[in-house]
Amino acid sequence: MTTGPSSSVAFVRQALVPAAPPPPGQTGAMRWVRENLVSSWFNAILTLVAIYVIWSVLSGVLPWTLNGIWNAGSLNECREIRDARGLETAACWAVINERWLQILFGFYPTDDPLLARVFYADAYAAAGGYDAVFGAASNATDRIAFVGAMKAELGNLTIFFFGYWRPLVALILLVIAVAPILYSSLPRKMLLFSLAYPFIAVFLLWGGSVWGPVTVALGLVASIVVARSVSAQSSALFGGLASILFFALFFFNPLGVLGVQGLFPLFPHVKGVFDAALPFGITAIPSDIFGGFMLAIIIGTSGIVLSLPLGIALALGRQSSMPLIRWVCVTFIEVIRGVPLIVWLFTASLLLNYFLPPGTSFDLLLRVIIMVTLFASAYLAEVVRGGLAALPKGQYEAADSLGLDYWKSMQLVVLPQALKISIPGIVNTFIGLFKDTTLVVFIGLRDPLGLTNAIRATGEWNGIYWELYIFVGLLFFVFCFFMSRYSMYLERKLRTDHR
Amino acid sequence: MAEMTTPPREAFRLSQLLYDARYRSLTIQVVAAILIMLLLVELVDNTVTNLAALGKDIGFGFLWSTAGYDINQQIIPFSSQDTHARAALVGILNTLLVAALGCVLATVIGVLAGVLRLSKNWLVARIMTFYVEAMRNTPLLIWILIVFAVMTEATPQPREFREGGGASMILWDSVAVSNRGVYIPKPVWAEGSGLVLAVFALSIIGIFVLRRIARKRQEATGAQLPVFRLSLVLFFVPALLAYFVMGRPVTLEYPELGGFNFAGGIQIRNSFIALWLALSLYTSAFIAEIVRSGILAVSKGQTEAAFALGMQPNRTMQLIILPQALRVIIPPLISQYLNLTKNSSLGHRGGLHGCALDPGRHHHQPDRPRTGRDAVAGRVLPDHQPDHLDADEPV
Repeated sequence: MTTGPSSSVAFVRQALVPAAPPPPGQTGAMRWVRENLVSSWFNAILTLVAIYVIWSVLSGVLPWTLNGIWNAGSLNECREIRDARGLETAACWAVINERWLQILFGFYPTDDPLLARVFYADAYAAAGGYDAVFGAASNATDRIAFVGAMKAELGNLTIFFFGYWRPLVALILLVIAVAPILYSSLPRKMLLFSLAYPFIAVFLLWGGSVWGPVTVALGLVASIVVARSVSAQSSALFGGLASILFFALFFFNPLGVLGVQGLFPLFPHVKGVFDAALPFGITAIPSDIFGGFMLAIIIGTSGIVLSLPLGIALALGRQSSMPLIRWVCVTFIEVIRGVPLIVWLFTASLLLNYFLPPGTSFDLLLRVIIMVTLFASAYLAEVVRGGLAALPKGQYEAADSLGLDYWKSMQLVVLPQALKISIPGIVNTFIGLFKDTTLVVFIGLRDPLGLTNAIRATGEWNGIYWELYIFVGLLFFVFCFFMSRYSMYLERKLRTDHR
Repeated sequence: MAEMTTPPREAFRLSQLLYDARYRSLTIQVVAAILIMLLLVELVDNTVTNLAALGKDIGFGFLWSTAGYDINQQIIPFSSQDTHARAALVGILNTLLVAALGCVLATVIGVLAGVLRLSKNWLVARIMTFYVEAMRNTPLLIWILIVFAVMTEATPQPREFREGGGASMILWDSVAVSNRGVYIPKPVWAEGSGLVLAVFALSIIGIFVLRRIARKRQEATGAQLPVFRLSLVLFFVPALLAYFVMGRPVTLEYPELGGFNFAGGIQIRNSFIALWLALSLYTSAFIAEIVRSGILAVSKGQTEAAFALGMQPNRTMQLIILPQALRVIIPPLISQYLNLTKNSSLGHRGGLHGCALDPGRHHHQPDRPRTGRDAVAGRVLPDHQPDHLDADEPV
């Protein structure tokens, strides 16, 4: 009954239809708009609402921002300029223009002799040179007047680049030191500089004799050398013990309990020899006048660097098979996590002195760094523990069956994988730590927020708030946003499963 | 035939404490225990020595002595003549109140932002991304200070609420937002209001019973009751009936401008509002991310399967996606609530006195330890905001 198609079908096309362009509205921008903005009635309404929200925010914020007044001496002056220009609203960016150095560096002193010698040479010579202006016998009132006139003449940018060269160089070196840690494509030799950086930074920021940080570094290197050579001679255990003994003798006075003073620690003796042989140093700056965003970076970076190893150690301790170690770690973690950071900071500033031997008092900034480190390490320990627990048990067993001892198996098999899983949590903790550095304002350190309050308390800028908080907020935003983006990059880079 | 050989039993040697993995952990723990004990002894010894040198002792006796300071926001009455213990109680109640309110508001905003960030609408998703990133990447303290500054400096003074003063109360003249705080109406409980409350409580219980009955019925017969509408009726009708039958026993006392300040109503301090709003906005960004990740964690196949079964989108959300997403959402959500509660200790920057009472306060007591903090705090941070603290007592 059925014959070929030719008998039953009226028409068969012999050639291909030429490809037609897609209908309008299915390509390019039109399609994007259709799919993303007006795909349904509800979506269209949402778009309208969103546009209205954006418009109402921008129409308020943009004129205020763009019409901002950059040159004024006080808030009242700003308002006069605004009224004179006939504007309804205008930001008074003049406060940032005038005070940004203070927000960045607090009351960290500028290198006035350098500024005077290089940029203000004529007036400096006229005033009588170093001895007359800055020398020991100089008049403080005259010096303040001289420095004030000089700074007004030079302008904030010159002061930023040359007056604050110490924190600035420390910051640039920080970037160089951190870069090889963050990006593995950079030469590995740069890591040596990263190791040396803490000592350089301490020297630049705190000043004083260069031999202080150098001697500390030498002591640490010597401890390692002692450990290496003794382990090569006898066993790893004696190497470790000898290293600890050397460390203790170098930095502490173990004979102090017996009442023998003077012989130990070795540290001041070595430093004294160096100082006598080749005295070199820069002006010492006590840490209680550190301030501004610099303080946030110092506390944040040291906290981050110190808390990661401590947090990993605590997480491993919490998983340990030794009950005592486990209990100690659990107690530490839970006690630290159960109490707000601000309470710990109060503890650091008020109570810590009671726990230390009578007569010792050490730097508030150092105490704060220690507290922030301990606090962050407890949170990190929990994050890392999550990573350790997420790892399949087979990985631990495989490492054991290869005959690796505990440390080797952790170092080569378990931790690389566990840390990779916990990157988001670790970076979250770091971002939290960096943001929490603002809390040091409660114990009287001059962090950026404390400085905004100080600026708002002055007669000129009383009543200003948005401009200052936006500036400080942006500073923090840039750093935290970079950290979160970096963690995403790292996750992508370390992803080994092919999805 | 193979012979079973047992390893020769060696005598215990002292070196095994170091080199034998079976005993080494014991050695490590003993050494650790000794070190910890030494550390504790050292700490206690130092503390005792230091306190003895200062002529102080450790004790909680100060809790029962007169506080001597005021607390601005009080849920229970407190005066400077009361004890430190009562001050701590007031502080704890403040913390609990701000934490509870903050959790509620943060959840509402956070869920909304999280869901909207997943919206197919590009514009809405971008706005929410901006919101979340801006909130998450700046310190909470900045938000507290901003809200506080706005509340105290951008809001009108009470006297501007006079006729022709340029400011007016919102929400049908019932709420006044001023630089001395937000004034809201205060409910006045007259005779018979207990009955209204009892009826209301009963109808709440009724709603739960109704839901139970409806579920039982559906499981038995498959028929569904209009639970939501019935619940609405149960929620409003009995209480309203009781309210009118008892002759409107519950009335509202509105804040009124008297003299230079508002009288009547409840005054909520700006510090409280600032802490509450800032905590809620800040935490909501984290909650938004948690909600988003929870929803994304439910695989797309689940939605498709539900649609294949012929479920409506809202039933799909309610019965398929939410139960699975909540499993992912709830643990981190609870930890955000804990964070919010701990962060409420930042309140005293803005001047709210919570349970993390400023230790400086106790330090002003002559019999408590004192260090340099009092001096430092006063010098570095001119607490200039606080005119609001004491200056805004009703005049």
